[in-house]
Amino acid sequence: MTMHHNPLEGKSHFRGVWVFLEGRKGALRDVSVQLIGEGRRLADRRGVPLTGVLPGHDVEVLARHAIGYGLDRVIVVDHPLLEIYRSRPFTKVMATLITRHKPEIVLYGASKNGRDLGGRLHAVLETGLAADCVKFDLDDEGNLDMIRPSFGGKSLAHILCKQHRPQMASARRNVFLAPPHDPTRHGEIVREAVDLSEADIDAKLLEFKEFVREGGTRPDEADVVVSGGYGLGDAKYFGMLQELADLLGGAVAASRKAVDSGWIPKEFQVGQTGMTVRPKVYFAIGISGAVQHLAGMQESDKIVAINLDPKAAIFDIADYGIVGDLFQVVPELIRQLKDLKAGKGPVVAPLATIA
Amino acid sequence: MPAGGPLRILVCIKQVPKAQELQVDPKTQTLKRVGVPSEINPPDANALEFALRIKDRMPAEIVVLSMGPTSFDESLERSIGMGADRAVLLTDRILGGSDTVPTAHALSETIKKIGGYDLILCGEETTDASTGHVGPGIAGHLDIPQITYISELDIVDGKVRARRTAEDGSEWWEAAMPCLVTVNFGCNKPRAPTLSGKIRVKRGGVIVHWSCADVGIDPNKVGLKNSPTIVAKVDTVHLPPRARKLFHGEPWEAVAQLLKALVKDGVIRP
Amino acid sequence: MAERFDAVVVGAGPAGSAAALALAREKFSVLLVERGRAAGAKNMFGGRVYAWPLFDLLPEWEKDCPVERFVTKESLVFLSGGASLSIQFESPRASTDRASSFTALRPRFDEWLAKKAEAAGAMLITGIRVDELLREGGRVRGVVAGPDRIQADLVVVAEGAMGPLAQKAGLLPDLKPESVSVGVKETVELPAATIQERFNVGEKEGAAVVYAGDASMGLRGGGFLYTNKASVSLGLVVSAEDLARKKVEVQEVMERFRLHPSVQRLIKGGKVSEYSAHLVPELGLGMKARYVGDGVLLAGDAAGFLINNGYTFRGVDLAIASGIAAARAAVDARVRGDFSARGLASYERHLRALNVLTDLETFRATGGYLKNERLFALYPKLLLGITEKVYTVDGSGKEKISEIVLDEMKGKAPLLKMLKDLLDGARSM
Repeated sequence: MTMHHNPLEGKSHFRGVWVFLEGRKGALRDVSVQLIGEGRRLADRRGVPLTGVLPGHDVEVLARHAIGYGLDRVIVVDHPLLEIYRSRPFTKVMATLITRHKPEIVLYGASKNGRDLGGRLHAVLETGLAADCVKFDLDDEGNLDMIRPSFGGKSLAHILCKQHRPQMASARRNVFLAPPHDPTRHGEIVREAVDLSEADIDAKLLEFKEFVREGGTRPDEADVVVSGGYGLGDAKYFGMLQELADLLGGAVAASRKAVDSGWIPKEFQVGQTGMTVRPKVYFAIGISGAVQHLAGMQESDKIVAINLDPKAAIFDIADYGIVGDLFQVVPELIRQLKDLKAGKGPVVAPLATIA
Repeated sequence: MPAGGPLRILVCIKQVPKAQELQVDPKTQTLKRVGVPSEINPPDANALEFALRIKDRMPAEIVVLSMGPTSFDESLERSIGMGADRAVLLTDRILGGSDTVPTAHALSETIKKIGGYDLILCGEETTDASTGHVGPGIAGHLDIPQITYISELDIVDGKVRARRTAEDGSEWWEAAMPCLVTVNFGCNKPRAPTLSGKIRVKRGGVIVHWSCADVGIDPNKVGLKNSPTIVAKVDTVHLPPRARKLFHGEPWEAVAQLLKALVKDGVIRP
Repeated sequence: MAERFDAVVVGAGPAGSAAALALAREKFSVLLVERGRAAGAKNMFGGRVYAWPLFDLLPEWEKDCPVERFVTKESLVFLSGGASLSIQFESPRASTDRASSFTALRPRFDEWLAKKAEAAGAMLITGIRVDELLREGGRVRGVVAGPDRIQADLVVVAEGAMGPLAQKAGLLPDLKPESVSVGVKETVELPAATIQERFNVGEKEGAAVVYAGDASMGLRGGGFLYTNKASVSLGLVVSAEDLARKKVEVQEVMERFRLHPSVQRLIKGGKVSEYSAHLVPELGLGMKARYVGDGVLLAGDAAGFLINNGYTFRGVDLAIASGIAAARAAVDARVRGDFSARGLASYERHLRALNVLTDLETFRATGGYLKNERLFALYPKLLLGITEKVYTVDGSGKEKISEIVLDEMKGKAPLLKMLKDLLDGARSM
């Protein structure tokens, strides 16, 4: 299935901001909700309607609920074959709808399914897709300015898709804030049909096994995040960070370098291609502060940096910093927190200095 | 479809600057690629390792495929050193500046020209661009099933079976071949090149270079001019102002002051 | 598919590359396997190559050989306290002179020689370690590297000092600590003009300096300095046994050495760009290596072909010469169709003809002589003490030289012992 799509048809034919809504177990993914909020802002600036697109099965109630976040309408494609996410039928649905309705902008949550879909779809539609954006704007011509951190240096790249439509972009969870929900908001539910058959099912889900949460909150839901980077030097020191996180009632996370070094699974990675977190306090321990990492945590309320290198970029965005050996500072932090919890009095120097 | 003959597995790889060595050219604001040590994009190496494991167990032919400048031969040679049978480099000046749309298109056309493929393996994303678009893009062009973000891969009863890592758990998927799979970074340990592999490289004849004309790729579909997205400008990051307060002294002193501040902010409760 | 070559050479250092080059020229199919990323990547030496074997191996060698400087100035410097006594010999030698020598940087030199071997037809593979010799019925029939077995009539082990293959093959007994030294070296960057000025040499010329006495803090060994184009190689070779016995770290000895005013004067303002350390087998033939086996030959440092006689350090030239000898032995073996130890026995004869064995034997005694501790502390001290007195004119009344000598020696060294040491020295050197 290739959808031929003429980019020179005339941009003016393309109108409206769309948000791909991803359902999971009967609810909307956080990131879809967050993008409705951002989509609303862009649609208002463009003076165009904001439409959610919800392929699925038995999703009427969910569609109606979605309106409350700020959508003007939801296009529902309801079909049993769309009950769970599958690449090919979902791509077919989105391509058909986009060709039919010609939105100028389509936003996707960069969940695994979102990326799976966006990657296949943008090639088939032969249009631009900017991944993992942290900010959106509109340029003077009304083009979507898709902003993402640039590699290496402290810079942001502005990506434009000037000649092709729709302009597509993805953003990760927690980059944008969820809008409030108004159950009384009015909006239109449009039911559309797309030709689907068993032939479109080219992959079979054999089994799904949910992760058992081993207690403790996820980093992107915790109030306190204790994050470790390359400075830790070894996987075993994440145990020390876990102890600190437990004392603070928080979660452990990591920088990309720590993940790439094999010390901790990718699920814990904070950064542009990992999670975005916004805790009350973010401890960056042994993390240098590469801009891709900052993209994932720079909106934390308070940032505490502990690093041996006084020139580390992390200190520029920290509220509080200690330039020192984390192998001395972190155990000391643990010690004093334990004393604090035990209700012990004013802090005194330890009896033995850590050599 | 395999009819008793060896499986033809294609592995798409990209050569990227070594992870720790990412440098930006201050003049062009693009990634410095010349004179910087390179490596096979790590998730692509994980993908190649899966292909090699399949070949360890059953008759298979592994063709490694890449798109880029001739310096990418280094990674193709390493792939053959690891055990791939042959390699194709799509290299052509007109490809310069291609974003993921022309890249997926050009690779798909090249794959069609190689033909007879049963399984296509890609890394989940690259360490330099990090979009993750090209693998699924190729699957879209070739109109074949795709299973993304997999950590385990097997061939069972002539079908591909893979464990996909969703955010909330593991999904086991099955698809008929030909199909495309994208492989998670770090899900296996890529093997080192062997002496016999390196000898094969030295003997030559295992890497071919194709131009767009060789493959039959329309020049109007590739290159910077024909890429839907462009980097319009790059500017410095503006972050909210931070207190930047440093605590000095012995570890116990600095930590005491830090805790005092955090308690005062109400961020930590004693 | 099993690969087969006429010969496999393990190690693309000077010995291995020379052997591979010479074998390829004789139409052997040769596989030259190097474990480093590039030839010479893991190699280190003091800094000088005696050029004579290159004339046999590559007649046009100086056209593109990465020579740093041709050595035209030789110095022997005794250090004691802050003083030094130098003996300097200057002799401009043209590069076409068989007796010429030059300073070089190993990564570049080794890579050049390995490329020459490739150009001659050897297949050079880098980044692969040979794990074992392939043996069948007590004979070496090839090599094993990872999952691969490569068959060959002849394996030349040129893996360098302390390599595992020779020992695994039972050709080399375990090295005793006294027969091992630690070599450390710094590369100090200096502008070419500064080097030429300080050492008083021309643009393509250079100096080689050997330091004795306090250079090694009384430990057996010596210091060296070689001038490269735009840097100076400064280093020490010190007995590993002495380091252990006196509980001293080699870095400490090196630090003391480089701080000596005589050395500081030469390297002042320079930037240390590299620091390397290597183990050096000391005793050459004292190592009792067997270097011919069934289907296998040892060459270069792996066979202990090294001379350190206190005023000359030779390794690279002997390595190259042994590579040439190995190829000649292979040709003889091929004629007979016999690659057993007996078929390869002419290796010894060829080594002798190239003066590799002869020189090693001649200087075998030097090694023993250089174990005499008095050489490294007492005598340099005495020598400098005497010299200092000779050159001191302070109005306190000058003695005759003979009186000074007897004065200095009083109570420090019995005359007879000194005379014996002197005679032994003359005999062994």
